[in-house]
Amino acid sequence: MDTTGTLFLPPQNSTIASEVDFLWDFIYWASAAFFVILGVAIIYFLIRYRRRRQGELTSGKSHNVPLEIAWTVIPTILIFFVFVWGFQGYLKMQIAPGDAMEVKVTGQKWFWSFQYEEGASTVNELVVPVDQPVKLLMSSTDVIHSFFVPNFRVKMDVLPNRYTHLWFEATSTGEYDLLCTEYCGTGHSEMIGTVRVLGEREFTEWLEQAGGMGEGMTPAEFGEQLYTSKACNTCHSLDGSKVVGPSFLNLYNKEQMLTTGQAVVADENYLRESILNPQAKLVAGYDPVMPSYQGVLKDQQVDALIAFIKSLQEQ
Amino acid sequence: MATSHTETHHPNWLQHHFSSPFQQGESSKLGMWLFLLTEVLFFGGLFCAYAVFNAWYPETFINAHKSLSWPLGATNTIVLIASSVTMALAIRSMQLGSKKGTLILLWSTMALAAVFLVIKYFEYSHKFHLGQLPGEYYTYEGIAGTNPHIFFSVYFMMTGLHGIHVIAGMIVIGWMIYRTSQDHFSSDYYTPIEMTGLYWHLVDLVWIFLFPMFYLIG
Amino acid sequence: MSNAAATAAVPSYLQEPKGIKSWLLTVDHKRIGIMYLAAIMFFFFVGGALAVILRTELFRPEQILMDADTYNQFFTLHGAIMIFLFIIPSIPAALGNFILPLMLGAKDVAFPRLNLASWYVYVFGAIFCVASIVLGAVDTGWTFYTPYSTTTSTSVISMTLGVFILGFSSIFTGLNFIVTIHKLRMPGMTWFKMPLMVWGLYATAIIQVLATPVLAITLVLLIMERVLGVGIFDPAMGGDPVLYQHFFWFYSHPAVYIMILPGMGIISEVIACFSHRKIFGYKPIAYSSLGIAFVSFMVWGHHMFTSGQSEIAAMIFSFLTFFVGIPSGIKVFNWVTTMYKGSISLETPMVYAVMFLFLFMIGGFTGIMLGALALDVHLHDTYFVVAHFHYVMMGGTVMAFLAGIHYWWPKMFGRLYSERWAKVTALVIFVGFNMTFFSQFILGAQGMPRRYYSYLDQYQPLHGFSSVGAWVLGIGFVIMAVYLTASFFNGRKAGPNPWGALTYEWETLTPPPQHNFLKDVVLTHGPYDYDKVTVVGDFYDKSPTDKQHMAGKV
Ligand code: HEA
Ligand code: HEA
Ligand code: HEC
Ligand code: CUA
Ligand SMILES: [Cu+2]
Repeated sequence: MDTTGTLFLPPQNSTIASEVDFLWDFIYWASAAFFVILGVAIIYFLIRYRRRRQGELTSGKSHNVPLEIAWTVIPTILIFFVFVWGFQGYLKMQIAPGDAMEVKVTGQKWFWSFQYEEGASTVNELVVPVDQPVKLLMSSTDVIHSFFVPNFRVKMDVLPNRYTHLWFEATSTGEYDLLCTEYCGTGHSEMIGTVRVLGEREFTEWLEQAGGMGEGMTPAEFGEQLYTSKACNTCHSLDGSKVVGPSFLNLYNKEQMLTTGQAVVADENYLRESILNPQAKLVAGYDPVMPSYQGVLKDQQVDALIAFIKSLQEQ
Repeated sequence: MATSHTETHHPNWLQHHFSSPFQQGESSKLGMWLFLLTEVLFFGGLFCAYAVFNAWYPETFINAHKSLSWPLGATNTIVLIASSVTMALAIRSMQLGSKKGTLILLWSTMALAAVFLVIKYFEYSHKFHLGQLPGEYYTYEGIAGTNPHIFFSVYFMMTGLHGIHVIAGMIVIGWMIYRTSQDHFSSDYYTPIEMTGLYWHLVDLVWIFLFPMFYLIG
Repeated sequence: MSNAAATAAVPSYLQEPKGIKSWLLTVDHKRIGIMYLAAIMFFFFVGGALAVILRTELFRPEQILMDADTYNQFFTLHGAIMIFLFIIPSIPAALGNFILPLMLGAKDVAFPRLNLASWYVYVFGAIFCVASIVLGAVDTGWTFYTPYSTTTSTSVISMTLGVFILGFSSIFTGLNFIVTIHKLRMPGMTWFKMPLMVWGLYATAIIQVLATPVLAITLVLLIMERVLGVGIFDPAMGGDPVLYQHFFWFYSHPAVYIMILPGMGIISEVIACFSHRKIFGYKPIAYSSLGIAFVSFMVWGHHMFTSGQSEIAAMIFSFLTFFVGIPSGIKVFNWVTTMYKGSISLETPMVYAVMFLFLFMIGGFTGIMLGALALDVHLHDTYFVVAHFHYVMMGGTVMAFLAGIHYWWPKMFGRLYSERWAKVTALVIFVGFNMTFFSQFILGAQGMPRRYYSYLDQYQPLHGFSSVGAWVLGIGFVIMAVYLTASFFNGRKAGPNPWGALTYEWETLTPPPQHNFLKDVVLTHGPYDYDKVTVVGDFYDKSPTDKQHMAGKV
């Protein structure tokens, strides 16, 4: 397994990667051969047969059947190989091994969330064990997104109202970029996450801990952790600056102007509604882009987030 | 390509860049056939949409088609076929040099097209009334099956597009009536009427596909 | 030549009739061609300026000139303008309109008024596209994928309506060309005596006529979806967003061959002419145009390998995709062989043709990589695709277009541009182009997704390099604009046949008179009979009296 990458390709960190790269190499070198042969011929002819004087006599040869056949048949044979390899690899990518571990993926503007069968859930960070096939069951809540991990050479569109699948088996521990490759609007280029590949034991430990509800932490501390792990930080700042959404600093009990012209006081109920059903009351001056966290966050987590927001009061 | 007529026969309706009436006539015909081909493909997209959704929701389509009145559809089919016949006869009549006959037949075609639209109007308004409208505006509740609004989306788009073609056809026929009455045509030159006829047959043909697809499923 | 006196006496199509009205109401294919040329060049510069601004923003990952929304609008506009307003009409409607009847020895296209109508329809459609900028520029990408395009708040309707209208202009042109080629060839010009440019335009026209209506209906459906909520692309209402993609690519894949086929026609002309040699493999080149057109209708699914279509569909689409490579290869091989034992002079059109050969090969080979299923999964929607299509569209079509512009410039305007500046510019463009886009192959293969306003730090060096390339490219085009404009004022006057070519557009005056030829033409020699007929091009004849153009026929 090549874990350093080449000029063109990133390191190979999944079982399928070497197969894809083999296909790349084959086409690359075959193309290079054609390119060099034809390129050299062009340059040689340009020099050898350059026009020396006007009215020079030129060949009247207009065709050559063996040649035509040769340059039809040879490329045909080559592309046949390319096709078969490409298709075989593709089939492998489609059909997940039976023992694969399953994770549910939801793409929405503009973050990824992952739900594990064991109850844990994460945002923008997919944690998987090494050397074990992982199958993703993916869907979107709004527009089309696409799940792409360059180092694994896997990619699949994530569609609304339909499930798509993708599987991979990571071959080395580490952190790899996870990118959204289907254009999905303003935050498309920020829809970036990480795939963290852990050793088997670390993974089991992580799974237990992540499924927990902030044991041993105060609610506000747990909320602070959720603030990053659930991606609130992509849109809300803690220092009063306006990003995509309003800042959390001094938000609690503040009077907010809504798009309807009404004013509301940001009490616990309002905060709760804003998280679970953000489109119900929109703050004036912002786009209605906040996703609903209904189903993503458990009650306890919402409480923790509210506790965290409440703790952000400047004197 | 060029024929021997070049110098000898140069009627005023021959355009400067053609060398003979034959060349001009052939060009118009080929052009018209190509245009009809684009029309077929234009509708073809909708036919594909129909095929897809029919395959996805076969039950809905069967249930929904019952709310269309097949006697009205059948009447309209007959009306359009009749109009195709009068159109063909109009061309024949001009070939024989009868201006009066041509005018009568063109007017009949026009009248039949109008009958078609009137019947369509009654069908449409009945559906509007029941709330059998496309997509979001669909409010009717009497059809079993998933997503019945899709059936009506496809129905209204296809018949609507066809209706627009009927109206366009009537405008062109009207123009032909005007030109005939102005003596623009003769037994030598009637290409525009012939082209109108081709177009009209296509409009008819499309309906002949639409009728069983929507009114006679299953 | 005996009618040298007549030459001076007969006014060219540019001079007669006079007045702005005579231009706006003209049915002369040459004037319509020039009007198209002006329009598409304008949009090329607009699209190019947008691209340079885009590239400047991408110079570094953080915000430099604009925010994410503006960036999204910019690349959408850049793509839509370049595709719908520039490249699709570029060679057929601008150069093709001018040259096709001349090559056929005809007085005009079959339907001159339809031809003028197509120009007005183009302008009308363009107004809608441009209006969308004012009404809150579109941010969907040029592909208008649902459900994004049905939910975004930007003016998608104005843009798609514009594209819908433009489609009709394209259909009119295609229809006109097919009839013209079938019915208006000069006596003696059989199908296999037609110049290969005509074959290219013919194959193009077939695609225009067959594929464009499907785009039209697709856009109607999209507009219906937005206006009436008919729901056929909306998953929440039982529709299917992927259906839209099928419809869209059913047009847009063949459309990429609308872009390249006429370009290939130009390359055939230019290579034969400047090698002064009979074209090698006339029939294979001619048939391969039709072959490409035919296969192009069956491969659209290769844009959707990761969209969840069935494995069988993916397999068939991948298999057929490769079959476009074979006829394209046949062309390339025959072109190169045409240079063998030729007498090659490297004037500007030939320089662009050679550039075309190199760049199109790279573009084509990377197309094969994208067609290979397992590999496309990795490369799809990354900068690799961006690089691929700029290599074929900019490196292929635009280079062919530039070859054509420089080849027919004297015929169109009666003046020669500065050969020295033209060559320098070609070099600048070649270098700038490869800097801009070759680096994008690497970026894409490394995983850089397309349509990204900002990016991870590891991609910065290559992005920066690419941006510098775009500036070089921009400088190249500015120089070109200058020397081409200058040629109107101080360019050397061209005779009827500056390059010594054998196709029939060179048999008439330069620039041609209103009805193309002074008397009816009859085919006397094939378009590539360089072994039988020697023509001394007046470009080589430095004497200003310019007496013996075309006198050299043996
Ligand atoms: C002028 C336009 C043009 C042309 C000519 C082509 C030509 C080809 N294209 Fe390209 N393509 C585009 C414009 C074009 N393309 C655009 C605009 C997109 C992206 C759209 C978007 O998403 O925005 C795209 C995207 C695109 C994809 C989808 C990528 C993705 O999104 O994942 C694919 C996949 O198969 C593909 C394949 C090909 C192939 C196989 C050819 C072939 O025709 C190339 C054939 C040529 C050669 C192969 C070279 C010459 C041959 C030889 C010298 C002989 C030897 C050959 C062999 C041994 C094979 N193209
Ligand atoms: C004919 C088609 C065509 C052509 C010729 C070009 C030409 C260029 N394109 Fe374009 N491009 C597309 C069609 C084309 N493009 C399409 C279809 C897309 C996809 C859009 C989408 O995703 O929806 C795209 C996307 C695209 C992207 C990807 C954006 C993204 O995914 O985020 C980039 C980035 O580098 C790019 C760059 C360029 C550059 C630098 C040029 C250069 O070659 C341009 C050279 C021309 C000039 C430079 C003109 C000269 C004018 C001046 C010099 C004016 C001077 C003014 C200033 C400098 C301000 N293009
Ligand atoms: C994609 C961007 C985005 C993400 C991610 C996001 N928000 Fe928001 N949020 C917004 C925007 C925009 C608004 C203002 C408009 C509105 O009221 O919906 C907002 C408003 C709010 C409000 C009301 C604020 C006020 O000033 O009245 C609360 C509370 C809130 N978000 C909490 C959260 C929490 C908790 C999370 C994470 C679990 C989160 N948001 C994630 C964009 C986002
Ligand atoms: Cu999500 Cu792009
Ligand atoms: Cu394609």
